[in-house]
Amino acid sequence: MNSIDPVTAKAASQATDGLIYLDYQATTPTDPRVVEAMMPFFTERFGNPASIQHATGQDAEQVVETARGEIAELIGAEPREVIFTSGATESNNLAIKGAARFHRANRPHIVTLTTEHKCVLESARRAEREGSELTILPVQPDGLVDLALLEETITERTAVVSIMAVNNEIGVIQPIEEIGSLCRAKGAYFHCDAAQAVGKVPLDVGEASIDLLSISGHKLYGPKGIGALYVRRRPRVRLQAMMDGGGQERGLRSGTLATPLCVGIGAACRIAKAEMAEEAARLERLRDRLLATLTARLEDVCVNGAMERRLPGNLNLSIEGIDAEALLASLPGLALSTGSACTSASVEPSYVLKALGLSNEAAGASLRIGLGRFTTEAEVDRAAEMLIAQVSRLRS
Amino acid sequence: MSQAVYLDCNATAPLRQEAAALMVQVLEETGNASSVHGFGRRARQRVERAREEVAALVAAEPGQVVFTSGGTEANNLALTGTDRSRTLVSAGEHPSVLRAREDAELLALGSDGLVSLEPLSDAALVSVQMANNETGVLQPLDRVVAAAHNAGALVHSDAVQAAGKIPIDFKALGLDLMSLSGHKLGGPQGAGALVVAEGVTLSPALRGGGQERRRRAGTENVAAIAGFGAAAAVAKAELEGYQALAKLRDRLEQRLREIAPEVEIFGLEAPRLANTSCFAVRGLAAETQVMALDLDGIAVSSGAACSSGKVEPSHVLRAMGVEPELAACALRVSLGRHNTPEDIERLLASWTAHYNRGRKQTSAA
Repeated sequence: MNSIDPVTAKAASQATDGLIYLDYQATTPTDPRVVEAMMPFFTERFGNPASIQHATGQDAEQVVETARGEIAELIGAEPREVIFTSGATESNNLAIKGAARFHRANRPHIVTLTTEHKCVLESARRAEREGSELTILPVQPDGLVDLALLEETITERTAVVSIMAVNNEIGVIQPIEEIGSLCRAKGAYFHCDAAQAVGKVPLDVGEASIDLLSISGHKLYGPKGIGALYVRRRPRVRLQAMMDGGGQERGLRSGTLATPLCVGIGAACRIAKAEMAEEAARLERLRDRLLATLTARLEDVCVNGAMERRLPGNLNLSIEGIDAEALLASLPGLALSTGSACTSASVEPSYVLKALGLSNEAAGASLRIGLGRFTTEAEVDRAAEMLIAQVSRLRS
Repeated sequence: MSQAVYLDCNATAPLRQEAAALMVQVLEETGNASSVHGFGRRARQRVERAREEVAALVAAEPGQVVFTSGGTEANNLALTGTDRSRTLVSAGEHPSVLRAREDAELLALGSDGLVSLEPLSDAALVSVQMANNETGVLQPLDRVVAAAHNAGALVHSDAVQAAGKIPIDFKALGLDLMSLSGHKLGGPQGAGALVVAEGVTLSPALRGGGQERRRRAGTENVAAIAGFGAAAAVAKAELEGYQALAKLRDRLEQRLREIAPEVEIFGLEAPRLANTSCFAVRGLAAETQVMALDLDGIAVSSGAACSSGKVEPSHVLRAMGVEPELAACALRVSLGRHNTPEDIERLLASWTAHYNRGRKQTSAA
């Protein structure tokens, strides 16, 4: 396996028949540098990291531990506080159900928001069916949590509060430091689904008093099929494991670790740490340029969710009078979405937008636009022209 | 590590070239398989192609294949996801089956490693692996299924070690649930599957976006799944040739008996995987054997990889009635298609030297 020329690989990742990919909240391309880092572990360095008795296994164990350190470094954690999982869905399931099940006797209550990712809401509902008491709090019209309401809601009986750092549809950034303080004051765990945030906005588990934090590889230019859960050691966070078996990952997550995937998410974190500030500034400029063009040339376009507290590459727009599904269907050269990928096939309007108070009609007229590392200014300008032309046609 | 001899394929098998090549290609493609746009549809095609290839390897329908993060997740999902309460598992199962339920009852193994069938008459869910990871012993699944179905029970089989090593016909066997792992058959770590027969209802362990027909949420690991599919396709094509590994294995065991007549080879009386040999010489501790071989660049194990950090004697051998002192001496050699007669000779040379040193120390003492 030869090493890949980054330029060629980048071109390949971009070249889906000249399509413009603006769906970076659904998934990101794997960075060619990440692919290159993973490559040796698919072939000659294939050991099982648990086979610590022989050199092939030790080699795998070492690189897995390096990757664990790279993840920890990005979020201000210690390496041993990072548990590898198959992805953010598993991390969120483990954090919420694991905490609810472990602490149900003394702290039966769990709290989350209406705008959380489906896997958080489904995990919380599952815990409720098992006997937990569940509070799902509304959000303010800008998508942000109501801190006063949250403070009233968290009690000494609350086991875990699950609030995401960055919303996957509207990109709003929750005030996680304030949320962390509220949780800490009552002794409740703060679980933060940071799948959309890690590597894109600064995040420190210490500063935000986060006890559990979910990470996804494929949302930060790493591979799919790998994620992580940060589990605080001091004060110690206790969870009930979901997967039993060989006792890997401090007994919290059995299963052979996928060495190449661990290496990939580690490399992705290392790159993100080095490039985050510059990348965020570039994406914010591109995003603002796109919004300025669209609002200058189309009437009745409004942004859903707080603009001033938002992921740099994200926009969520309602274009009045437009059926967003029909708009996207008429623009096959543009890869966008109307909301979360998991629910792409569903015809229901986005529950996130509904939670902001949007009507069915306004929610059905909404687009999620996600810019990312490989998005160029030319692509953004071309996308704007395509959207403007098609919206004007549909409106006329 | 080009000079190293890798004889630990039941821990993890080298990735097949076909799988690696496809995964590199897929890793360079963007797309969430749930997205409706072109990028998403291409990812979806990759996943569905792999589903067909994995189904073909085990004679199942593609719709019966639920992709998971690996064998451990598949086993946990099978054991905890059905509506059955009383669970019987064989005492030689992998820990991901044994520990999946605290209320599971054990089915004893005979000294040959085969499971006893009598208690099946009042089971509700039975889990018996197809091939054991440590001894390679193949269980009589047709009889397990007949007895369990007679009692109205569901049958799950952990086929992680069997897939790609012996022909498997999920439908003909009549199994209700079957676990597979990508990296044990030359696919990547991070992909596995649970095969679920029609009419079996499963409550998902991972909840969220409703992927895998609501049986396993989470963005599909497209590259690993594609690699798993490619490996399954090659494994299917090479299944017949795989049995030739038994010649290497039998040669190893014959030479072992010549060098050390007191050697105990476990599971010898039962049908076994072609690639696996598990043996012990009393007084020759497994840990020191593994270390001595490793110093000579030869990778074997003293049991399952997940527990190889621990020094407890194998629960599989204990379940077969092997006394703890002897079980603590057991070495597992698991071959792969890459192994040659020269690899066996190197293993034998290194092992014999270690064995002779051990004997000298014993006689001097």
